[in-house]
Order: sequence, then structure tokens, then C-alpha cells
Amino acid sequence: MQLSLSWPTDHYTDKDLLSYTTRIMALLEIRNVSRRFGELQAVDDVSLSIEAGEFFTLVGPSGCGKTTLLRLIAGFDVPDTGELLLDGQTLAGIPPEKRPVHTVFQSYALFPHMTVAQNVAFPLQMAGNPPDEISRRLKEALELVHLANKARQFPRELSGGQRQRVALARALISKPRLLLLDEPLAALDAKLREQITGELIALQREVGITFVFVTHSQQEALAVSHRIAVMNNGRIEQVGAPEQIYGYPRNRFVADFIGTINLLPVEVRATDHAGLRLFAAGLGEIVGTPIVGPSPGEQGAFAVRPEQLRIVAAGDLTELDNHFHGRVRDYLYLGDVTVYKIELENRVVLEAMLTNAVPGRARFLERGAPVAVGWQRDAGVYLRD
Amino acid sequence: MNKWLVSLPPTLFLVVFFLAPALLMVGASFQQPGDFGGLVPAMQDGQLTLSLETYRFFFGDWIYAEIFGRSFLVAAATTLICLLLAYPLALLIARSGQRHRNLLVLLVILPLASNFLIRIYAWIILLGPADLLYTPFAVIAGMVYVHLPFMVLPLYNNLEQHDPALLEAAQDLGAGIWTRFWRITLPLSLPGIWAGSALVFIPVLGMFAIPELLGGTRDLLIGNLIKEQFLDNRDWPLGSTLSLLLTAAVLALAGLSARAGRPRQGNA
Repeated sequence: MQLSLSWPTDHYTDKDLLSYTTRIMALLEIRNVSRRFGELQAVDDVSLSIEAGEFFTLVGPSGCGKTTLLRLIAGFDVPDTGELLLDGQTLAGIPPEKRPVHTVFQSYALFPHMTVAQNVAFPLQMAGNPPDEISRRLKEALELVHLANKARQFPRELSGGQRQRVALARALISKPRLLLLDEPLAALDAKLREQITGELIALQREVGITFVFVTHSQQEALAVSHRIAVMNNGRIEQVGAPEQIYGYPRNRFVADFIGTINLLPVEVRATDHAGLRLFAAGLGEIVGTPIVGPSPGEQGAFAVRPEQLRIVAAGDLTELDNHFHGRVRDYLYLGDVTVYKIELENRVVLEAMLTNAVPGRARFLERGAPVAVGWQRDAGVYLRD
Repeated sequence: MNKWLVSLPPTLFLVVFFLAPALLMVGASFQQPGDFGGLVPAMQDGQLTLSLETYRFFFGDWIYAEIFGRSFLVAAATTLICLLLAYPLALLIARSGQRHRNLLVLLVILPLASNFLIRIYAWIILLGPADLLYTPFAVIAGMVYVHLPFMVLPLYNNLEQHDPALLEAAQDLGAGIWTRFWRITLPLSLPGIWAGSALVFIPVLGMFAIPELLGGTRDLLIGNLIKEQFLDNRDWPLGSTLSLLLTAAVLALAGLSARAGRPRQGNA
């Protein structure tokens, strides 16, 4: 269900249909893989299918097991139980040097005693390619990452962003089946990170190699991925396209980790054809889209993103399915938007966001001002406790 | 200003106890030996007594070149054997767990805590019954034994600083265990190899105690030759000349190795 539904439709092309048979079998199958280090269950019964050509991201807080999972795929570590299959073939017993899987390390791990050209050509030499082929593909690879004029320089003579591109070229030159990227942007400053994120997306599209990207940054994950797996405590919490993960988080961890979200404590009143009816103490009824699962009397939370809320300074929002009254308690000016903290009548505080579309204006609502807040029934999701 | 003030005492020490004696030795090499050791004054009865006698002596007889050559050969062999023994050891220590490393390093330097002569006499007891005493083998074995820690320590110091991610990257990109050693570990450890080699080669070249105690009469090295001039033959000028020529040879060698050890730029 995850795979067929979550694969973004704009990725299907005629060429994809031609290679339909290869897509039946996932490029990488992770089956019930676990890895324990002493007391720590680093990876806990993880199963994933990664398709050929995908930009797949493992995201989670530090220590969630994403790097361990990456090392299991690369072959630097061996799972305690479970198995990994690449193109339908087991990876058990195959050392890292024999796997058609290359890694871009967090520290880049460029060989300091070799020039850029020597670094990038290294995998081709290891594969025993003839010299004329090496020099031809080296030229291509360096042009791909815009470093053709740095071929004879040493890594220490390059900037952080350039080193990162050398690491990418080196890992891609021998066309691996799978490219693993271990927090490759972590060492760069914010502006450069944004720029390289864009380059990474373009590069993946150009080379068509499957990327498995590890990051702790939810913004990076949302920006680059076709699909995301959110990890926590060694387990996969949710897998899906970025907009699915963001729009329909499956549980509180995902809701909280990816983006900002408002959580309203509620009790389930009824689930019927009219919708999901919830009750928030001191506030009243909240209507949501019907879902299978919750039974009346159950405690949970209604989760809604700040940008999904409508706020107006005066009057009512009766045209919306859910509408309440509150006061502006505080606001935070962020340039493009201002985030308002709205205290509802039951003292629960919601964050709402307004775009600052008028130049030079930092806010449209003052502290203490009475406001109406509202949203449509499909704007948020119900999460069980 | 402060920089100069702080470095004044060591500079003074080196000038008084190193530079001045070295210059005195240059002078001595042109002087005449005194009858009971020491030197004839450079000016005697209004006559200059300086001459190139010792240099003529040195270059006039093949025996000295032969002893120089043999000494360089012994030093080179000792350095090579030390390197071959020390490299795996240093690699083992560098790749051990943090807790074991210090203990292993301590074990390497522990022999230095006991007296040098006692350790050489122990070799006499070991080699005597095996009929190996007073042979070139005994000399080199003793040299290697004494100088091994000076090769292990700089190598360990270098290898310990290698980023383990480099080996993982090489493996990830298709390099097997030997390729990883030849292409990554060995080239990165060259500064350690040069440092260790210098620390072994130079002292071995001037060493006289070990060949004197463990070697035969045919195993005379420059160290012994120099010692003899000062203590037995009372020919200080010749001793000075031999010392100076040895120093010059070592400096020339150090210059060459520094050039070879420099990282090469930009060639494939």
C-alpha cells in the first residue's frame, strides 16, 4: 500500500513503464533487519523497499538508527537478524568493496595525499578500467560537478562546498546501483546548504542513480526526497511522499518531528458518515474527516498545521467547519511570515501563520486583540494517544 | 620581542655547548696532535702549525672510505630491519582500543628504562652460547634491539592520527585490504617513516659501544674509529676530521631525504 500509493505520479514516464518488470522487484529490499549494540537497539525490525531511481531519505533525531541502517546497507556492519537484498540478490557475506553501493561520508573522507583527479578516478582504478577510459570518464565526472578546473588541486586547497562535490563525483563516477549519503550537508553553512540541496536534486535527476540520503533535518528531507522514512528509536515511524508525511502524520512523533503542528487534546464522540466528531474540553465540538479506528470515548489529539488555520481580527468564521474565538497572546516576526500565538477560550494555545504580503508590515494583529480562528474538517488529522 | 626573550636561554645554551665546540673541532682538524693528547697550539714560535695533513691522510687511504661505507651499510640495514619490525607493531597499537594503546606504548619504551650497557651485556650472554657473538649479525641484532623504540614511536604517532573514515571510503569504493594499505595507509605514513628512519639511522651511524662489545675486530665502524683517535691514539686532529666528515655526510643525506619526503605536487 505504501509503495503504490506514495510514489509521486509525476515520476511515471513511458520509460518507467518499459522498465516495469524491473520495478516489480525493488532495487533494495530491507527485510526485518535488526542491529543491537549492547543495551542499545540501534535498528529494530526495519523493513523497507527502495525503488530504482528513487531519492529516498531516512530522517530522524540523532541516535535514531539512521546511520546504523546506512552502514548496514554499505556493508560496514552486519545485521543481527533480517536480510538485505539488492536487485533480488542477498547482500549477506558481500564485503563493502564488492557491493555496487557507494557512500558520501559526512566528513567527505577525501584522500588528503591525492589530487582531486586522483580522488575521483580512484573507484575506476579499483575496478581495473583502462587508462583512456578512466581519463574520459574522469573528465565527465568533474564537469558534472563543475570542478574541471580543480583537477590538479589537493583537497586541503578547496572550500567546503567544493570538497563536498569532489566526494559526490568520486562516489558517482563508477555508476553504483545505489548512492548512500550520510548527512552530506551537515558540515556546510546555511546558505551553502540551501544551494547544494538544489544541486543535489538536479544531480540525482541527471544521473538517475538511486540515492539513499540520511539527515536529521526535516527541511532537507522534505525538499529533496521522492519518499521519506521517519525513524525513531531504531524503528520506522512512517514512510511516504514528503507531502503525505507532512500532511498526514501517522502519530505524534512524526507530527511533532516534521514541521510545526498544533495539538488540541480531544475525546472522540462519534465516527459516522457525517464525519469524525471530537470534543475539546472547554471549547466544544471539532469535526474531522471520517477515519477507521477510533471508537467513542477514546482520548487523543487533533493535529493541525499553523498555515492551515484561518484567523480574522473581528467577527466570525462560520463558513468554516470548525470555528472558535480567542485572543492574540504573542507573535513572532519571521520576515516572510508572522507566527501568532492564539489563546483559545479553554486556554489552549494554537499557532497560526499569516503571510506578510504588505511590504514593511510586520503584523496584522496586535497583542491582546480578540480574533476568530477556524479551519475546514480536512485541514488536520486525529492522532491517537 | 617576548618571542626573542623566551628563546634566549636555549639559544645561548646551543651556542655555548654546541656551536662553539663544533667550531673548535673545525679548527682542531687543521692542527697538529700533541705528544700526550691534546693539540699543538696553532701558533708556535711565530710559525703557523696548521695543515691539511689529516684530510690528506683520510683521502689517501681506502681503509677509511671502506669503514665509512660499512658504517652506512650497517646503519641502512638496521634502519630497514627496524622499519619492517616496527611498522606492523605501530599499526597494531594504533588500531587497538584506546585503553590498550597507552599500555602497549609503555611496553615499547620500557626497555629504555634500564641501563643501555646492561642490556648489551645481556645480548653477550644470549649470543655467546649460540656462537653468534663477535659477528656482523650480533652487531646488527644489538643495533636493532636498542633502536627499535625510536622507530615505533614516530610511526605510531603518525598512524594513530589517520582518519578511519579514509579506509572505509577506500573500501567502499572498491579497494581490498592490500590496496587500502598501499594506496592509503602507507603514503599517509611517509612522514612517520622518515622521522623514525632519521631517529634510527643517525645514532646508529655514530654508535661505537655496540660494535665494540658485540662485534669482531673486522666490524670496526666510524664510531669506533673516532673513539680510538681520541682515547687510544691521541690523535685529536684526525678524530675531529673524521667527525666533521661524518657530520657532513649525515647532513647531505638528511637534505636528500627531506627533498624525497616532501609531498609531490600534482603528478598522477
